[in-house]
Amino acid sequence: MPPKLCALCNTSRPILKRPKTGQQICKSCFFLVFETEVHNTITESQLFQSGDRVAIGASGGKDSTVLAHIMKTLNDRYNYGLDLFLLSIDEGITGYRDDSLETVKQNQKEYNLPLKILSYSELYGWTMDDIVAQVGRKNNCTFCGVFRRQALDRGAAMLGVDHIVTGHNADDVAETVLMNIMRGDIARLGRCTAICTQGEDTIKRSKPFKYTYEKEIVMYAYFKKLTYFSTECIYSPDAYRGHARTFLKDLEAARPSAIIDIIHSGEAFEIRDEVKRGQKLQQTCKRCGYMSSNDLCKACTLLEGLERGMANAGITDKGVKQLNAAGPTPDNLRTIPFFQMNTVGNSGPSPSPNPWPLDSGPSG
Amino acid sequence: MLTISLKIEFAGGLELLFSNQRSHRISIPSNPASTPNEPPKRADITYLIHWLKDNLLKERVELFIENGTVRPGILVLVNDTDWELEGEGSYELMDGDEIVFISTLHGG
Repeated sequence: MPPKLCALCNTSRPILKRPKTGQQICKSCFFLVFETEVHNTITESQLFQSGDRVAIGASGGKDSTVLAHIMKTLNDRYNYGLDLFLLSIDEGITGYRDDSLETVKQNQKEYNLPLKILSYSELYGWTMDDIVAQVGRKNNCTFCGVFRRQALDRGAAMLGVDHIVTGHNADDVAETVLMNIMRGDIARLGRCTAICTQGEDTIKRSKPFKYTYEKEIVMYAYFKKLTYFSTECIYSPDAYRGHARTFLKDLEAARPSAIIDIIHSGEAFEIRDEVKRGQKLQQTCKRCGYMSSNDLCKACTLLEGLERGMANAGITDKGVKQLNAAGPTPDNLRTIPFFQMNTVGNSGPSPSPNPWPLDSGPSG
Repeated sequence: MLTISLKIEFAGGLELLFSNQRSHRISIPSNPASTPNEPPKRADITYLIHWLKDNLLKERVELFIENGTVRPGILVLVNDTDWELEGEGSYELMDGDEIVFISTLHGG
């Protein structure tokens, strides 16, 4: 039997079977279609305008490492005219984040992009190591997720950027659709498939890899020899997401289009008006100025719980009541610096409202 | 017994299950007997996966093998080609082959 040839160029030997289409393609066609599809996603969604300042949320993991490479490549190739930055959050997890930040510093040198690192200890006065010592390993992911989301926005405001791009891929989005269905979280289900989201006065966020399969991201990194950091967080992953992920990977093994099909299902859901009316309106946090659906934003509530030695009080509504019942907030309490946008200009598509936290995917 | 030499690589976090070592050189039987009633057949990747589990894996077998093959989410390359193009587990190994296992399951 003669060897099969690449389904696109019909000349070279294929090296990859595309999960999205089943096509067998060669290495150079793979690079080209991978990059071109992301470019098409960016242009069809009109994510950017020339002159935009864009921060790449960089964790040192596979998705953000490939995203930094792709953003740099496409910006040069298609003259997007973007000012690109790397933005990393240091959660303060010894032996995990300190190692992965080394990978980000490597990216900074390779791509010659300015890098800003903002730490939890700088912003909140607590590292994740401190928080875990206080709350244990059960709810620590809640703290980390809420704190990271706000830290990214604040880091972006410090850089003066109008847009954050994250490495969330198609698998992450499909996983989040499943989780929101299983939890009955209608509000998040409605917006977790949006490619670009924005709160009242926070910075836009988008996911250029929304339709990009994890398999292809990993293969791209492998064939391009991009080095990334791949250790699981030492504070154990979000168990619920882990189940959704395993389920999704089993589905993908049986039918690779499952991932893109679930995203399309998520996009097609329509929320009835009476359900929408039941949802809380967005306001700004009275203490720190960040967007919130209550008087206090989740990060301020969690921080107050930590500071007052009732660490788990910020997690549930019941806990918040206990915190309030324990007396008024002390005057000398550590708080998060007031949030102010110092960016000007606005561009791109009209984003959907996106209250935090963790609308799609793990750390990114 | 005839053996074949292979180069094995683990990446994407899988190396943590294999003594935190990315690259391994191994020799395996080229025609292992499968069951007493069957004639020996050429070693394939399914055989290799079980050989790795028995001989090289140090911890958490459930993160490597599931239902007799690699766990979903682990990519396999045969001489830098997606194993899905090479017959997956039934690819018959040849002396000098390079097999790469990459986990996609670790943090983004």
